[in-house]
Amino acid sequence: MAWSFYWNNHDTCPTIKSILVLDSEGKRIAVKYYSDDWPTNSAKSAFEKSVFTKTQKTNARSEAEIAMFDNNIVVYKFIQDLHFFVTGGDDENEIIMATVLQGFVDAVSLLLRNNVDKMEALENLDLILLCLDEIVDGGMVLETDGSIIAGKVSSHSMDDASPLAEQTISQALATAREHLTRSLLR
Amino acid sequence: MAQPLVKKDDDRDDEAEYSPFLGIEKGAVLQEARVFNDPQLDARRCSQVITKLLYLLNQGETFTKRYWIEENGLFDDKGALSPSADEVIIVTSSLMKDMNSKTDMYRANAIRVLCRITDDGTLLTQIERYLKQAIVDDKNPVVASAALVSGIHLLQTNPEIVKRWSNEVQEAVQSRAALVQFHALALLHQIRQNDRLAVSKLVTSLTRGTVRSPLAQCVLIRYTSQVIRESSMNNQTGDRPFYDYLEGCLRHKSEMVIFEAARAITELNGVTSRELTPAITVLQLFLSSSKPVLRFAAVRTLNKVAMTHPMAVTNCNIDMESLISDQNRSIATLAITTLLKTGNESSVDRLMKQITNFMSDIADEFKIVVVDAIRSLCLKFPLKYRSLMNFLSNILREEGGFDYKKAIVDSIVILIRDIPDAKESGLLHLCEFIEDCEFTYLSTQILHFLGNEGPKTSDPSKYIRYIYNRVILENATVRASAVSTLAKFGAMVDSLKPRIFVLLRRCLFDIDDEVRDRATLYLSMLGGDGAIVETDKDVKDFLFGSLDVPLVNLETSLKNYVQEPSEEPFDIDSVPKEVKSQPLVEKKAPGKKPTGLGAAPAAPTSTVDAYEKLISSIPEFSDFGKLFKSSAPVELTEAETEYAVNVVKHIFDGHVVFQYNCTNTIPEQLLENVSVIVDASDAEEFSEVSSKPLRSLPYDSPGQTFVAFEKPDGVPAVGKFSNMLKFVVKEVDPTTGEAEEDGVEDEYQLEDLEVVAADYMVKLGVSNFRNAWESIGPDFERVDEYGLGPRESLAEAVSAVISLLGMQPCEGTEVVPTNSRSHTCLLSGVFMGSAKVLVRLSFGIDGPKEVAMKLSVRSEDESVSDAIHDIVASG
Repeated sequence: MAWSFYWNNHDTCPTIKSILVLDSEGKRIAVKYYSDDWPTNSAKSAFEKSVFTKTQKTNARSEAEIAMFDNNIVVYKFIQDLHFFVTGGDDENEIIMATVLQGFVDAVSLLLRNNVDKMEALENLDLILLCLDEIVDGGMVLETDGSIIAGKVSSHSMDDASPLAEQTISQALATAREHLTRSLLR
Repeated sequence: MAQPLVKKDDDRDDEAEYSPFLGIEKGAVLQEARVFNDPQLDARRCSQVITKLLYLLNQGETFTKRYWIEENGLFDDKGALSPSADEVIIVTSSLMKDMNSKTDMYRANAIRVLCRITDDGTLLTQIERYLKQAIVDDKNPVVASAALVSGIHLLQTNPEIVKRWSNEVQEAVQSRAALVQFHALALLHQIRQNDRLAVSKLVTSLTRGTVRSPLAQCVLIRYTSQVIRESSMNNQTGDRPFYDYLEGCLRHKSEMVIFEAARAITELNGVTSRELTPAITVLQLFLSSSKPVLRFAAVRTLNKVAMTHPMAVTNCNIDMESLISDQNRSIATLAITTLLKTGNESSVDRLMKQITNFMSDIADEFKIVVVDAIRSLCLKFPLKYRSLMNFLSNILREEGGFDYKKAIVDSIVILIRDIPDAKESGLLHLCEFIEDCEFTYLSTQILHFLGNEGPKTSDPSKYIRYIYNRVILENATVRASAVSTLAKFGAMVDSLKPRIFVLLRRCLFDIDDEVRDRATLYLSMLGGDGAIVETDKDVKDFLFGSLDVPLVNLETSLKNYVQEPSEEPFDIDSVPKEVKSQPLVEKKAPGKKPTGLGAAPAAPTSTVDAYEKLISSIPEFSDFGKLFKSSAPVELTEAETEYAVNVVKHIFDGHVVFQYNCTNTIPEQLLENVSVIVDASDAEEFSEVSSKPLRSLPYDSPGQTFVAFEKPDGVPAVGKFSNMLKFVVKEVDPTTGEAEEDGVEDEYQLEDLEVVAADYMVKLGVSNFRNAWESIGPDFERVDEYGLGPRESLAEAVSAVISLLGMQPCEGTEVVPTNSRSHTCLLSGVFMGSAKVLVRLSFGIDGPKEVAMKLSVRSEDESVSDAIHDIVASG
């Protein structure tokens, strides 16, 4: 869509290009691209592959690590068998990206009750996807505080769990539909 | 991609492979999606199905709208997936309901989705009222942020609507919620980004006010640098009133703000060492941080600083050296290349030892960066070529990919070219390399280079063995270039001729025809059939001369020739010699940062070199002597007119050449015989000597036409010229692209052009003005005082004088502190005839804005000192 071209026009705003969660073999768990740099699914897969291979040998467990290649900056952290990445352009402030990554990882840890691993992530994929939506919107940083992000996400899922009678049909569907619509339109 | 299409039940026994989505299949999920049609909607079930759908989407499956509608009638009356007009209305109405919901999250998300699916303005106008309310909704920051961020996206499609929200956004900038302030600031800046004054006001007010979130502080720093950049572009003085703000941010508690400010300071135009120091100090602290991200950010920034201000970074050398062993190889590489830039001659050997250990365990891409850094180091310290050349030849022998090897070979070639002492050893290293080189391209390049340089060495015969080995051992391409190289040795070194002939004759039996043809050609050219004769000049030209036509043009001509076969042989003289494309005047995007780990800073000299080459390639101008200065392009047309013309003034000792860069912006026109008629009646000392029209100017492909003037030798003559573009215009059929036969003569008035005194001055900074001032001595010092009359401000007067003289302000003295009553400004430059000039300007402002100035000039030439005073007196 036309409006997602927007970062060509303002290089002055901190911009996140993608957030990736891969497993320990480099397979996709949940990914979100906010940039048109990778227009096709194969371009995205190739990018994920190069991100994964260039970082897999490093030890990014206690502190977030950083790498730079092909004009991308990648800040990343590994927890158990999950690899979390935040990427941006090569003139982006690395520390802002690290802050976004930290917020994302914190939120996921809270939502998965500290059982951060691949299986838990897949079983709660809806939460992870909601998390991606609440942290960055079209490249713009929405929120960087992990507990706030987790709070926003769990307010969605709390509604899901409450009895049907207590909410209108429209409400129940609203959040899910919205996220579905958004993904379809990218 | 989707999992394999094997259907398996969710079998928890298979622990290792278990995934909730194992065996998921598109068709099955779509079937399941029928639950949406159920009159009794089961919300939990729906959300499970939606999660599955999202999983598939995330794995890269695609769904077409047809699928949705036909398979399921999905979302029946509530939803639609692709916003076709009537579906949008349905979605919208339900989302609109959500927008009035009591739950913040619903309102926030409804806003985000609505703004995302709307493309047309009419719907937006309907919800505009809600959005405006949401922006100023102080109690619900989530809602305000959603509306503001959506505004940022909408600005791309519906700018006129979003611009109407200025007042609300302005109010949100004052919000107490940290992120709302950040989003509001980002949106407000984008609404106003084309209004320089408004951005400057925004920055002025916010840098004094309170900014709550670190992110907001970061964008404010960026906007501030933009204001600084643009103000210095406007008045050349680089007025830096916001520096104090940037420096203050270095003491912020958030690391991202500290870093953003430090980076902004290092990127200021013409930053002085005094300004740099505090930024370098905080970056140095980051270098020893436990967080890799901080170390990386700091070392990357310092690496960039080292390109322009190596001295400023030397304080960090000890920290840098410890980073060579950093776990993170990106950090280590950046540290090494920084050290290579800041190192002094005595530390070279020690550094090389450290790097040798390091090279074996990094990736090729990092090695290339290191090689580039070593090359520049070697050019900086030519005396150290031995150890550096050894290093390069050692790594050349090790394993590596093509790009890496090419970088090394290129570096050796450059060193051979620039450091005469390094030539013989460098050539031998290259010879050894081609003995065992798997890359045809590199072998042929080296052979070509060897053919040009080898014969000029003290003992050319020692290279022959390496070259002839190629004829025996390599593939046809390499063999053919080896034959050419042999011929070059034969042509240049008479004593080797008989032996070369023997070798070339052996090549006559090669299995490849190109190799045989070359051998035959060279044998007959060099007279290999009999007597040993002195090699003809023509033959040498053929062997060594480069084509005097641009390769692009040759390529086009040959293509045309092949397309229309004719009896006539191809005539190389028919190839046009004009350079069509015009890389010289590419506008450099202001503030564009170098990319990649080792991006070099833009080299200002290269443009001058390129201009010099261009001018000297034109026969009419070739005897004008050395090009002294080329001005920046001056626009002679308004933006977006039919023909865009700018001019570059090339100053020679006794001549001035105007280079008019013309672009035809009308697709339906072809211009021919384009020239500029210059009226120099207001420039008495100039007389036109020659001009060079442009043969043809097709649409959107820039071309140049030149006019040359003679002026008294060595005199900084000034004058005003009026210009008229003259051409024959031909209509072009847009469908076929063919031009009509007949054209019409036409003219187009351009703006006037002036040659001013500053055109005779080259900006040249000095690092220590006082030392330079003392060393030039008071012999030709001229001092005088001038009244500059009423001026708007002291800063304005200072900038006016600087631009009048066209000299480089030193030590940041172009910045006038606000409210000061007096100011001293230091300038340096080189005046025509390459005389160094230093100027000390003392300004004072008095009563009703009357500015007085004392001008002291020191230079190496009395007449130049006088000329500077003449310029000021007449300006």
